[in-house]
Amino acid sequence: MVGITSYGGYIPRYRLNRMLVVQNMAWYFPVIMAVAQGEKAVANWDEDAISMAVAAAYDCMNGKDRKALDGVYLASTTQPFADRLNAGIVATALNVPENGTVNADFAACTKAGTTAAIAALEAIESGQRDNVLVVAADQRGTKMATMYEMFFGDGAAALSFGKDDVIAEFKGSYSINVDFVDHYKGCGEDFDYGWEERWVRDIGYGKVIPEAIAGFLNKTGMKIEDFSKVIYPCYFGGTHRGIAKKLGLDPAKVQDNMHAVCGDTGTAHPFVMLVAALEEANPGDKLLVASFGQGCDVMAFEVTEKIKNLSDRIGIKGSLANRADLDSYQKFAKFRDLIVADLGIRGEANPNSSLTALYRNRKMLYGLVGAKCNKCGTPQYPSMPICVNPDCGNSKDFEDYEFSDKPANVLMFTGDMLSASVNPPAIYGLVGFEGGGRAFVDFTDCDLNAVKVGMPARMSFRRRNKDKERGFTGYFWKAVPQVEG
Amino acid sequence: MASGIKDKVVILGMGCTKFGERWNDGAEELMVEAFDEAMEDAGIEKKDIDAAWLGTCFDEVDVGKSALPASITLRLPNIPVTRVENFCASGTEAFRGAVYAVASGAADIAMAIGVEKLKDIGYGGLPEFSSGMGILPALYFPNATAPGCFAMLATGYAAKYGLDIQEVKKAMAHVSMKSHANGVLNPKAHLRRAVTEEQVLNAPTIAFPLGLFDCCGVSDGSACAIVTTPEIAKSLGKKDLVSVKALQLSLSSGTEMAYSNWDGAHFVTTSKASKMAYAEAGVTNPREEISMMEVHDCFSITELVTMEDLHISERGQAPKDVMDGFYDSDGQVPCQIDGGLKCFGHPIGASGLRMLYEMYLQLYGRAGDRQLKDPVLGLTHNLGGFPMMNVCSIGIVGKYGA
Repeated sequence: MVGITSYGGYIPRYRLNRMLVVQNMAWYFPVIMAVAQGEKAVANWDEDAISMAVAAAYDCMNGKDRKALDGVYLASTTQPFADRLNAGIVATALNVPENGTVNADFAACTKAGTTAAIAALEAIESGQRDNVLVVAADQRGTKMATMYEMFFGDGAAALSFGKDDVIAEFKGSYSINVDFVDHYKGCGEDFDYGWEERWVRDIGYGKVIPEAIAGFLNKTGMKIEDFSKVIYPCYFGGTHRGIAKKLGLDPAKVQDNMHAVCGDTGTAHPFVMLVAALEEANPGDKLLVASFGQGCDVMAFEVTEKIKNLSDRIGIKGSLANRADLDSYQKFAKFRDLIVADLGIRGEANPNSSLTALYRNRKMLYGLVGAKCNKCGTPQYPSMPICVNPDCGNSKDFEDYEFSDKPANVLMFTGDMLSASVNPPAIYGLVGFEGGGRAFVDFTDCDLNAVKVGMPARMSFRRRNKDKERGFTGYFWKAVPQVEG
Repeated sequence: MASGIKDKVVILGMGCTKFGERWNDGAEELMVEAFDEAMEDAGIEKKDIDAAWLGTCFDEVDVGKSALPASITLRLPNIPVTRVENFCASGTEAFRGAVYAVASGAADIAMAIGVEKLKDIGYGGLPEFSSGMGILPALYFPNATAPGCFAMLATGYAAKYGLDIQEVKKAMAHVSMKSHANGVLNPKAHLRRAVTEEQVLNAPTIAFPLGLFDCCGVSDGSACAIVTTPEIAKSLGKKDLVSVKALQLSLSSGTEMAYSNWDGAHFVTTSKASKMAYAEAGVTNPREEISMMEVHDCFSITELVTMEDLHISERGQAPKDVMDGFYDSDGQVPCQIDGGLKCFGHPIGASGLRMLYEMYLQLYGRAGDRQLKDPVLGLTHNLGGFPMMNVCSIGIVGKYGA
């Protein structure tokens, strides 16, 4: 049996109430009021497609052996690097073996996630791969006072595929490909360029998705009534409902498009919605998932008994519950670099990142891999040639020790107004890990007033810097104080 | 067991510039000002100096690398000059180099000069240090500044002793208030305005929980010391000699930041360096024997915690001693009698030597309105880096033979 072996989700903590956009920008383009229901998920200033992908991937691999992965696929239209394997950054952050794996980016189209999933499943079915992790993430830039600003949210979801412990069996797929350009983004551009909505609704979503699903049913002989949930993205609410009608679907069987709770997460959205469906699914349920973007991929899964054995995870449900209001539109605009605020001369420093040092220390920096001393047992970060325990002195016998998934607690902290920061005060401090080891790190996703010594914290892979001069994006781990317990 | 430095070297002369925003002076003018005062005080000529040490820290945005800036500026006669940098201990390191040179017999007369021209960077606070922290740390160290790192110590200290952060802040406020009161009396201090504890507590936050007045100033300045043997000093007619009793240094070995045994409420290095210094100076009860101190009050919390690591206040008792006025100018061990970093600011390479300058003046009875009654031993302390990773230097100077 081949299929989904695990799932994970990540929706960023900050949510922007769409009425805030309206209050600030409707003077410029009043039409945005029409879709101002609910809130959209907003990546923190230090998040991007890769960092969110890593969060979803860790969630997915919770209770699973990351070392058993032999492929990591990243699907996104907003990968930070045009030439450097973005999936490779995710794989390094997951500390996946470097040898014997096939990692790949699936890019340039919002249906890239499902296409990557089909590729993974075909590789596994053919016997070429055993366990492939497919992560989809998007953090799309939008201009102020646009419908895209209203519709789009940020997020990621991950699915692992394999043969063992399958929680949802793969029941086939069907794709149609058509160069339908509802929007495009030229190389190096920050924003999408979109065509008239009425056309996108009627000839795009409203036509392509039903045609693809019909093609799938025709190919497999399955019937639409067989499915307990049908999952397809479409941020136009009326069109989303219209597609169900066209398919003859009971509205209760249509997976919510999540406009009100997080917005359309682009490439991630079919996965985000599928994970949300899996979280509610029971053994025997059949799920049909479709994507949209220069065509449509349709995939079917049947949930197995094994889903009950899956360990607890944050998922989409947990991510949605872990929310905080981003109560300022200006802050949102600054996080997305849409407005210019002065960082001061202190913020001008921009040394390049040493690629040799990064290569040598890639496990340490991206994987948060330290060492455990085999003489005295002390976990330590960073890994150094000589054990940190002054009573030990071992300089030979260490093993890799992953801190990325170790719970931590806050030992000391500050909120620094002098530091050049996009979101002052810069909060940072020393955290201690359960089981030993500590790290001096930036904190994120927290409010200074809520941080206390002794508070639990989790490590989170974040964008460290975006070097606009050289086009480089750097990453490292930060601590997220677990403010709500 | 090493015999130590006690009474092997004496200070022949010292000089110190006025510290402040010296907009019209560069490091060159500052060095000459300190050097000239020291030379006049020592009563020697340039040709009498056998070797010299220069302490600077932010050379990238200041004088540049090597000791050439000192050698060229002071037109030293092609003698050995060495530049040392060890964070905030740089000035004391320069002094240590000169003292060790004399003690070893390699030099009869040696000079230490420290300088930092900080007000040429265009913004407040110390220079941003991302380009100076090292290639690998630049890839993962947090977006930290000096006030932020020391501010963390306040949260660690409060947690360790179960104190509300406001209680710690009150003691910190007294620390700053006391130093400002001292600085008023010092014509060479940068900040010469008294502040109340209330003003300190109500100041805008720089890095939680540190407010503006919990942070020392940023200034330009230079200080200089000329050292020699007691015999040579006497032969030059110097009387009532001030000798070096101890010079110790302790550096973190990475345990605070990476090993799970540090409480986040004390300085591992200061605790060790001070013990070594007391042993070297023959001090057995520092609370009773040390007459006065100039400690590294880069931030009020640093001074507060340092009182415990110098083994003068008991663990957890520094706030009480501070509030009791133990370290005030009329207390038992006056601390920052010259106004401290708080009022002098912290031109890094100069600071350690500036502290020694005050001890020297006090021991000679030349401290004017600030003069303490019959001091015998003075302690200086520098703490460079961050609470979880630092360089600590301790100096003890006193009356020769005492």
